[in-house]
Amino acid sequence: MTVFCLVELDSGGVAEASLRAMTLARGLAADAGAAGVTAVAFAAAPPGAAGLGAELAAYGAAEVYAVSGIDGYAPQAWARVLAGLLAAAGGAPGAGASPEISGHAVVAAGTERGNEVLAHLGAVTGLPMAANCVAAAPVPGALALVRQRWAGLLLEEAVLDAPAALLTVAADAVSPVPVSGRPAAAVVHELTATAADADLVIRAAESPDAGGGASLATARVVVGGGRGVGSADGFAPLEELAALLGGVVGVSRVVTSEGWRPHTMQVGQTGTKITPDLYLACGISGAIQHFAGCSGAKHIIAINTDPSAPMMTRADYAVVGDLHEVLPALIQTLKARS
Amino acid sequence: MDILVCVKRVPTVGGVITLTADQRAIDTRASGFTISPHEECAVEEAVRLAERFGGSVTVVTLGSTAAEEQLRACLALGASAAVLIETADGVETGPIATAAALASVAAIGFDLVLLGNEASDTGDYQVGIRLAHLLGRPVATGIKSISVAGDESSLAASRVYRGTLETYPLPLPCVVTVKEGINLPRYPSLPGRLRAKRASVRRVPLDVPAAVRDVVMTRLRVPDAPAKQATVLGHGPDAVPALVAVLGEIGVLP
Ligand SMILES: Cc1cc2nc3c(=O)[nH]c(=O)nc-3n(C[C@H](O)[C@H](O)[C@H](O)COP(=O)(O)OP(=O)(O)OC[C@H]3O[C@@H](n4cnc5c(N)ncnc54)[C@H](O)[C@@H]3O)c2cc1C
Ligand SMILES: Nc1ncnc2c1ncn2[C@@H]1O[C@H](COP(=O)(O)O)[C@@H](O)[C@H]1O
Repeated sequence: MTVFCLVELDSGGVAEASLRAMTLARGLAADAGAAGVTAVAFAAAPPGAAGLGAELAAYGAAEVYAVSGIDGYAPQAWARVLAGLLAAAGGAPGAGASPEISGHAVVAAGTERGNEVLAHLGAVTGLPMAANCVAAAPVPGALALVRQRWAGLLLEEAVLDAPAALLTVAADAVSPVPVSGRPAAAVVHELTATAADADLVIRAAESPDAGGGASLATARVVVGGGRGVGSADGFAPLEELAALLGGVVGVSRVVTSEGWRPHTMQVGQTGTKITPDLYLACGISGAIQHFAGCSGAKHIIAINTDPSAPMMTRADYAVVGDLHEVLPALIQTLKARS
Repeated sequence: MDILVCVKRVPTVGGVITLTADQRAIDTRASGFTISPHEECAVEEAVRLAERFGGSVTVVTLGSTAAEEQLRACLALGASAAVLIETADGVETGPIATAAALASVAAIGFDLVLLGNEASDTGDYQVGIRLAHLLGRPVATGIKSISVAGDESSLAASRVYRGTLETYPLPLPCVVTVKEGINLPRYPSLPGRLRAKRASVRRVPLDVPAAVRDVVMTRLRVPDAPAKQATVLGHGPDAVPALVAVLGEIGVLP
């Protein structure tokens, strides 16, 4: 059995989401008695493939394929390379794959790219694909999976019975854990891929984002506003407070649907997932789809006129009251302190 | 431009998710049904493109007879035709079978097929891509902006990934999966709603492809919520001193 793991690279090396995927892949490999994970990374020119090998060995890679030859991000071409590696590993699955389990697996991070490439791989090979898994373990003849539905608000227990398992790993459910002790160095293969033109039709042209919505995901403090803010103009005190605390404003879906603020500011299932030290939720009821985006906050304080709103009971601290009275008083106090 | 939009009937869930006794579905006795926010935006995008370039917007769903409700909601928003691929009540088709069924409708006559990036219930993240492969067309996913070339031969679809803007230039016909935020969907108009009521929905039977092997759900469960009880800091502006003290403890004071 070979367990492949597609790893994504960013400026700092292997992306954290991919280290989480490596952690789940390593568990699968160990369960199957494999020596380790076979990591696959795409890079125009392998930036020090040896360094990559060491970084990935620390997370359980026995082998690393550093794939060059494909310019930029091209999901279908990437999937074709993975399909080739899978076929070369033996027991090659095809559209009419044999019923025996050859037991290979391809794991990727549950990121936009990870889900996309594995769905292409599923389409190319005819194999099923399970997105956003939080656990996977072999049972006789198959894999038992737990995966997220409803952005993690619901868990699905499932069985995957296929010649090879294609899985992505939910970004927030598996912690990245390095192997204990000093791992043996991974064997690094440099592979030059030649992609067919038809596969390269889907290729990203990359440029810096002018939108600037990225700060919400990484902010240390997020001041959240919902329907209770009442209007577009009502956000002035939230913005002032966010500036005082060195944070940003996030909003609920009601706020974006009303057109009070753009969708780039939305927190939740169909918005951004945030992980601040403090989420100060003002006039937000705390629907589960909103929680899907803010449950990663270290501390939640809610301000709401309704003490029984879900946000108020699930927060760490609650202030019962009108946000338009509480926030100005808070801002005044903070300004008086400095 | 003739556009097909794929939408899925899903439960409207609010404050809590309750499961049925057999733990295989969401208890919808007290809730309604809707389509996912991504798909609402897909419908809006299609209607805007048709308003601009002319052409038609067809919506399709694979589901039980009840899913006609969602098709009519889309007709009220400006779609011009609707197709129901009918399944038996309570049957959940996996993404492989779903894509195959949608392909039978999508294969002929559409310049553009739009889907949601992921369905809000199962979140399989793949139906659009599988559909594109079955149709032999290119696909871009997670798209937040579409701009169609004046001669309608191609489009540029873009999304932001880790702070980088990715633009996918694709020839038409093609498949695009979109995300909420690509536009702000309109509300249905009264004439739209009346039109939708009278419109006919074309029904096609589901042809289950032979021996589809997909992920098989055994049961659902609600993850354990952290047993937390909020500390009430006070009422109104009187709570501010306690609030400031907590901000200090958390370490976020300037
Ligand atoms: C598939 C799907 C995906 C979704 N994705 C998201 C998502 O990504 N993000 C998201 O946010 N929602 C999402 N939603 C919508 C979600 O279900 C809720 O409708 C939404 O979060 C409610 O927003 P809200 O809390 O601002 O409004 P409400 O639920 O109306 O709550 C307003 C709250 O403000 C309080 N209030 C009113 N006036 C004041 C005042 N003066 N001072 C203090 N408090 C006051 C009220 O007591 C109430 O609790 C999604 C829904 C679906 C079906
Ligand atoms: N039963 C269905 N009927 C019509 N479209 C569907 C169905 N299931 C999924 N889709 C479409 O495929 C997208 C992605 O779904 P999924 O891959 O299941 O997450 C959805 O947003 C819909 O646009």
